[in-house]
Amino acid sequence: MEKKVITLSVNGVEYELYINPKTLLVEAIRDHIGLTGTKRGCETVSCGACTVMIDDMAVKSCSVLAIQADGRKITTSEGLEKNGELAPIQKAFLDEGSYQCGFCTSGMLMSSEALLRENPTPTEEQIREGIEGNICRCTGYNSIVRAVAAVAKGKYAEVKS
Amino acid sequence: MNKYTVINPHEPFRVLNTHVHNIDGIAKVTGRATYTFDVKLPGMLYGKILRSPHPHAKIVNIDFSKAMEIPGVIGVVTGKDTLGVKQGIWRRYNDLCDEQVLPIEKVRYIGEPVAAVAAVTEEIAEKALDYIEVEYEELPATFEPLDAIKKDAPEIHEGFERNINVTRHIEWGEVEEAFEEADYIREDWFKCGGQHHMCMETRAAVASYTPEGKLTVWTSTQSAYYHQALLAGVLGLKEGNVRVLAPYVGGGFGGKFELDAAQFCASVLSMKLYKPVKIIFTREEDFIASKRRTPMFYYTRTGVKKDGTFCAREAKVFTNGGAYTGMGATALYLTGFFHSFPYRWKGYRYDGYRVYTNTLPSTSMRGFGAPQAMWCSEQQIEWIAADLGLDPIEMRRKNSHHEGYIVPGQATIASCGIDQCYDEIRKWIDGKGKLPANRAIGLSACGFMSGGIFNWFDSPYSFSSAVVTVNNDGTVELHVGAQDIGQGSNTTMAIICAEALGVKVEDVKVHSGDTDHCPADLGAWGSRQTLMTGNATKMAAESAKKQLLEFAYAGAGLNIVYDLDIKDGWVHAIARPERGEPFVDLVKRATRGKDGQRIVGRGYYTPHRKGMISPAYSYMLQGVEVEVDEETGKIKLIDSMTAHDCGQPINHLGLIGQLEGAFSMAAGYGYLEYMPFEDGKMMNPNLVDYKMIKATEMPPANIAEIDTYEPEGPYGAKEAGEGLTNPTAAAIGNAIFHRFGIQMKECPVRPEMIVNALKEKAEADKGKK
Repeated sequence: MEKKVITLSVNGVEYELYINPKTLLVEAIRDHIGLTGTKRGCETVSCGACTVMIDDMAVKSCSVLAIQADGRKITTSEGLEKNGELAPIQKAFLDEGSYQCGFCTSGMLMSSEALLRENPTPTEEQIREGIEGNICRCTGYNSIVRAVAAVAKGKYAEVKS
Repeated sequence: MNKYTVINPHEPFRVLNTHVHNIDGIAKVTGRATYTFDVKLPGMLYGKILRSPHPHAKIVNIDFSKAMEIPGVIGVVTGKDTLGVKQGIWRRYNDLCDEQVLPIEKVRYIGEPVAAVAAVTEEIAEKALDYIEVEYEELPATFEPLDAIKKDAPEIHEGFERNINVTRHIEWGEVEEAFEEADYIREDWFKCGGQHHMCMETRAAVASYTPEGKLTVWTSTQSAYYHQALLAGVLGLKEGNVRVLAPYVGGGFGGKFELDAAQFCASVLSMKLYKPVKIIFTREEDFIASKRRTPMFYYTRTGVKKDGTFCAREAKVFTNGGAYTGMGATALYLTGFFHSFPYRWKGYRYDGYRVYTNTLPSTSMRGFGAPQAMWCSEQQIEWIAADLGLDPIEMRRKNSHHEGYIVPGQATIASCGIDQCYDEIRKWIDGKGKLPANRAIGLSACGFMSGGIFNWFDSPYSFSSAVVTVNNDGTVELHVGAQDIGQGSNTTMAIICAEALGVKVEDVKVHSGDTDHCPADLGAWGSRQTLMTGNATKMAAESAKKQLLEFAYAGAGLNIVYDLDIKDGWVHAIARPERGEPFVDLVKRATRGKDGQRIVGRGYYTPHRKGMISPAYSYMLQGVEVEVDEETGKIKLIDSMTAHDCGQPINHLGLIGQLEGAFSMAAGYGYLEYMPFEDGKMMNPNLVDYKMIKATEMPPANIAEIDTYEPEGPYGAKEAGEGLTNPTAAAIGNAIFHRFGIQMKECPVRPEMIVNALKEKAEADKGKK
């Protein structure tokens, strides 16, 4: 198959890639761009470890082709912090210990962040539904739910001067 | 949502049990943490493994000439490229070292490696597998231990009569006499399923062999030292010429300290090709060929007096060992010991038989034989209480271990908080009042070890060692061989070091996961690191502190009865804490005083004279509220509470994480994580069909931490990472029993089993009328 040139905007940086059209978005991000925060844990679109945001929506990046994301705004876990300042959801994960081995964490953060952008005040049930597609083998999820709830309650809101 | 209470807190500590962030946290929440999965070296090749489609077959011939013709394929290896060493983790016993990771003569399970390819891309390596021709001669196979143990069953390993791999006998007291004292004897057969570790990071290794004769392996491991030693053994290298690096590890749960095919095949390919080779298991490979929790058939017979006093118990266990020994031999031992827990038996006898079958090998998994033991024991105890009309909590309480109890010939219990656990769970149950008709509560008690005493691996080194180095600017380097696999051992060791030395956690840099630079340590298994590496770390930090304080005393001019101490980076007289100097000033003087040598403290720990099993035991009682649908048999967990004694908590956030996480895995074992096999083939090797707890199914995991002090542990600490995997399956079973009066004897409990049991019960009730 003939290779194609596409432009992916990842974490605010534009990358021009010359790739096989069959390349998955997760492969483009990890193998071509070299951002390895996004992980893979299955071949069946079941584990959520590869979750990224396309625009403001959580997407399993193993379920879409890189060319489908051409020109869209992609955010990975590396793109959450700004100038060394962690995003509220990252701070909340630290405070609640919402990760252990950390392999699901990038995907979990992106599902959580997308949920909060769509619904800034989710109920506990909505939080659980929002991260249902992400498997975490370590934590038992409750600490993740606590972290998302803490952000929703405004614990990490910026103080406006 | 979750309640976390500390009973009777008395905390003289500055760092211990405070809200300390995981020291690897920022790397993990920003995507900076790199795992073996992410390692990429210049000139690296990608490896893929060809696996046996047969459960039992002779390898007649392997022809890989066509594969070598594919552009991009650089090399292929088979068993003939290896030294043919039969390896195992029980290195003290030759006959238990039974596995050639690339077998030369025959395969013994579906998924066993037969060849490995290295190519310039993963895709080409994958394609090349189709061009390797393997001629097999199929052999009759056997899949269940109760079949494999029969006289006419196929022989899986030469010389192992009836396929019996290992036996284990544990006995104390006069068992027959003790049974005679019983007024009531109950016997039951149980079946305990397997369970997959399902680490988010599958088995992974990058091996690089260079012309100096040195091998470096990045791998996802629970014990860098074990893999250094195991690789050296199978590859004919000196241990010192093998460097194992464990970067961030994506979970272990008991499945990542035996030699695996990613590590072995990547190393063999790299030694043949002199290029770095990376092998990552697919999820399917991980399921079918990376081992599992040991499935067991359990017979248990228990005698009690009318008033509920326990007299005697005997158990016979047949485990499905699968094709090789691995760590499964230890699970056979530990299940037999923990089946007695947490109770006092006048007479106790256990006979375990680990049976080879043509299925994927079974091994250790979080709980290490105890979840199976408790599934049977804690349900049978509940049924006995019901049979005799006794209160199940009080019956358990009157027979439980207590501080100072000696398990005859096995263990001394130096700390035990189980009695308070009964009170806490009673309070929780009482607080609930009357439950809806479709819900019931089940209980289960248990205990667990804080590291094993046994050394079947035959390590010549201390079980744990630590080195603390103090830099001139007051920062501290801590080198340990403990492996952080997500459980937070790096943070726990940083906390212990900071507490003992009197500095801040952020001033301690932890170095682990590198055999070239860290002392040997048996690694992260058997809940050993907090106690063992914790003791070594505390000793090393205290040694450094003592050396520093010598310089402080020398200048202080204090009366000899007064002591100096260091807390929060402040060196001071204990009697006059306001008088003192900053830690860093003392460090500078001491460094100069040592002619520029940095202060170095060393610590080590090996258990001595602590019985047969472990230096210390955790205790817990768990209650689970369960809803069961009568029509469909569907189980839903509503709430849970665990009263838990882990001695002195060290890493507050880490402890909560361990307990909640263990609960989710334990619940999965109880009702979701089913591994069906047909003719040796796993039927659901993917994450669509292998069900685990998801966020929507996880109930609150409330914890009441019971305050005890364990004299053998650092600051009084004992295990917390594993024990809580033990009670939950039985607690769910007991809830089902209280909901419907049916007795579930096989786990995981699937909905159809409940529906069938209810049908049988209805028919039996009809018969009675």
